Amino acid sequence: MDYLERVKKVHGEGGYGSQGYKYDWKIEEAKKNILRTHTTAVSARMLYKLAQGKFKPVKYFSIDRVFRNETLDATHLAEFHQIEGVVADYDLTLGDLIGVLHQFFSKLGIKRLRFKPAYNPYTEPSMEVFSYHEGLKKWVEVGNSGVFRPEMLRPMGLPEDVSVIAWGLSLERPTMIKYGIDNIRDLIGHKVDLQMVYDNPLCRLDKETKQ
Amino acid sequence: SVFRPFLCSNSIAMPTIGVKRDLLFEALGRTYTDEQFEELCFDFGLELDEVTSEKLMLTKEQSEKRAEDASEAIIYKIEVPANRYDLLCVEGLVRGILIFQDKMVPPRYEAIRGKERLVIRKETSGVRPHAVAAILRDITFSQESYESFIELQEKLHQTICRKRALVAIGTHDLDAIEGPFSYEALPPDSIRFKPLNQTEEFTATELMEFYKTDSHLRHYLHIIKDEPLYPVIYDRNRVVLSMPPIINGDRSKIHLGTKNVFIECTATDLNKAKIVLDTIVTMFSQYCAKPFVVEAVEVEQPDGSVILHPELPYREEFITATEINKKVGIEESSAKLASLLSRMCLVSEPMRDGKTIKVEIPPTRADVIHGCDIVEDAAIAYGFNNVKMTIPKTNTIAAQFPLNHLTDLLRNGLAHAGFTEVLTFALCSRDDVATFLNKKIEDVPAVHIENPKTVEFQVARTTLLPGLLKTISCNRNLALPIKVFEISDVVYQESSKDVGARNERWLCAVNYNRAPGFEVVHGLLDRIMELLEVAPGKEKDAEGYFIKATDDSAYFDGRCAEVICGGKRVGILGVLHPSVVRKFDLPMPCSALEISVEEFL
Repeated sequence: MDYLERVKKVHGEGGYGSQGYKYDWKIEEAKKNILRTHTTAVSARMLYKLAQGKFKPVKYFSIDRVFRNETLDATHLAEFHQIEGVVADYDLTLGDLIGVLHQFFSKLGIKRLRFKPAYNPYTEPSMEVFSYHEGLKKWVEVGNSGVFRPEMLRPMGLPEDVSVIAWGLSLERPTMIKYGIDNIRDLIGHKVDLQMVYDNPLCRLDKETKQ
Repeated sequence: SVFRPFLCSNSIAMPTIGVKRDLLFEALGRTYTDEQFEELCFDFGLELDEVTSEKLMLTKEQSEKRAEDASEAIIYKIEVPANRYDLLCVEGLVRGILIFQDKMVPPRYEAIRGKERLVIRKETSGVRPHAVAAILRDITFSQESYESFIELQEKLHQTICRKRALVAIGTHDLDAIEGPFSYEALPPDSIRFKPLNQTEEFTATELMEFYKTDSHLRHYLHIIKDEPLYPVIYDRNRVVLSMPPIINGDRSKIHLGTKNVFIECTATDLNKAKIVLDTIVTMFSQYCAKPFVVEAVEVEQPDGSVILHPELPYREEFITATEINKKVGIEESSAKLASLLSRMCLVSEPMRDGKTIKVEIPPTRADVIHGCDIVEDAAIAYGFNNVKMTIPKTNTIAAQFPLNHLTDLLRNGLAHAGFTEVLTFALCSRDDVATFLNKKIEDVPAVHIENPKTVEFQVARTTLLPGLLKTISCNRNLALPIKVFEISDVVYQESSKDVGARNERWLCAVNYNRAPGFEVVHGLLDRIMELLEVAPGKEKDAEGYFIKATDDSAYFDGRCAEVICGGKRVGILGVLHPSVVRKFDLPMPCSALEISVEEFL
């Protein structure tokens, strides 16, 4: 049975230990082209590619553009960038995901983290990542993460004991918080003030930034 | 042919419910400070989005007049996970929290046989084939629970029902109507009734016109408007209960004093209809004389078979303690894990082998479809923040994506040459890539967006030039020269690709000054080739690069050349045509260089 058939089946009838989603998966819906709303769409392609050969553990990352069709305001544009990390290996745990997130965010100068149960259609468990913002004196969401669901991985052909943990965050939001920028158009797009670019100091995440 | 992808909404929108804080605390059996309640929400997977009041909400909406008399009672706006329909009303929220806190045992929901029947006629199969129904007997509503009942239906309509397209809910005062009920599909002119809150009768055709200006209902008309037959539910006396998915009849409307509620859900997705029905009855049967007992309705299918609804299924899954421990990264006994799961409404017991756990999935947890859902609930009850963090033992050798590595190197090279990097939008107007560059849009292999919200999102860019020119335009008061560059993707239609499009990495640099500066971009090209270790060549050579005069509508005649490398055209440079420069509101001339980076990988 080819990949498309396996995906159709797991959505409609279930399989791989899942009850399935019990609806008529339609090829016409799947074929509709959209500008990607998250880079996970491409990570999924990479995982599928990986599953076609003999599986070997990998760590992937991506920093790239995504698109959304929502109301535009001071902090939202139709396009922005997402940072995504993926680890695929045998028997990864939620504790491993928490550990990786701590290491990753500490590189960005963010050391205090808390994790909140969340929901993504393609991850279970899912965790929203919060960090304590000293300036705002409150916990703010800095990212989203989770373990990919078997309904997503198994039709690709990945072995049963392979777990894939993943996390993502927007590039613009933490940048705006770090540099105290209120309007996202001051950071990306043609309205950016070039003088700001000329005058900007080195970005040293390991050091506190003056704002 | 034009190729048109969509722009979609990004994440799953988290549904939000508004609950009166004091009622919530009364039901929870204690009060909390906002911070304490926030903590509770955090651990459970909810988010206290906003603390407000009716008065504050109306003031925000600028309904100052209505705000004057509005209540100041505190309202909590709580975000719930998109797949948890059992948390979409205060009844379910309270139940979920009390069970999570071990203050309550999950109730056991039961369907008992009744005498009412809903007959589905075969004509419905062409428009809205499925229907399910149930009865809440001897219910007592308070003002709050009545409002909550209406609100839950609206929340379900907006979420799982996909704005009534997949499922539509109708609730009716059973004492005002008489079964058996029939679910039929008739020509719109033959359907005539007094709709909810109206004083006159309308035909269905008239209602389609009438509701065109209704701010709420006009969004649903398209679901059945052009169908030859419209769905309609009648009682035995041909009283209209509802015309799904648009509106209920006025005769059967429920009110505060209603004691027996007939609930019908019609749908194009039967599974979702069942989940919706189960959600409503499990939540509100708490107010029935026999709590959590629901009266079933015989739903007769077109083929004559009878199915009882609601099904209220309980399902058993077996999972080992080892599996949960391994997936989470903890070390707990099957007994401990069973008690953790029970706090998540998944009543569980450890089996005698000391390893296996029997987990019961109730009808309120249709979101649990695989062992991983059970694992997550165990982890939530354990507390994500109590899980010990570890580092994966995965060893890998890292490498940067070659195109991005080259791009980063070139960015540095261009910056060293005195050009400033910019980051512009990938989406732009059709004019930006066509008319403003003196080209016809039909000749540009651009990917067009089907549903752009503004003219700025009509196409994906096929050249980096417009973005750079717009940047210079927004910064034209800065000291001259302004020298900017960008190395990023453009998008072309490509029929051989499964998505019909491909990206290509281009480098574009623009020099803006009192004089056009052809020599500046030419010098830049030479420097880039030096950095890429490509030697100058001649037309007769197989290798090396050279420039050759050419025509391009965006560039000035006689001041434009193509860049040839290894016998292939890889780019273009020259002085931009004054008409182009004018289109982007620039008073000074520009020279530009555009080359494709991928050739040099």
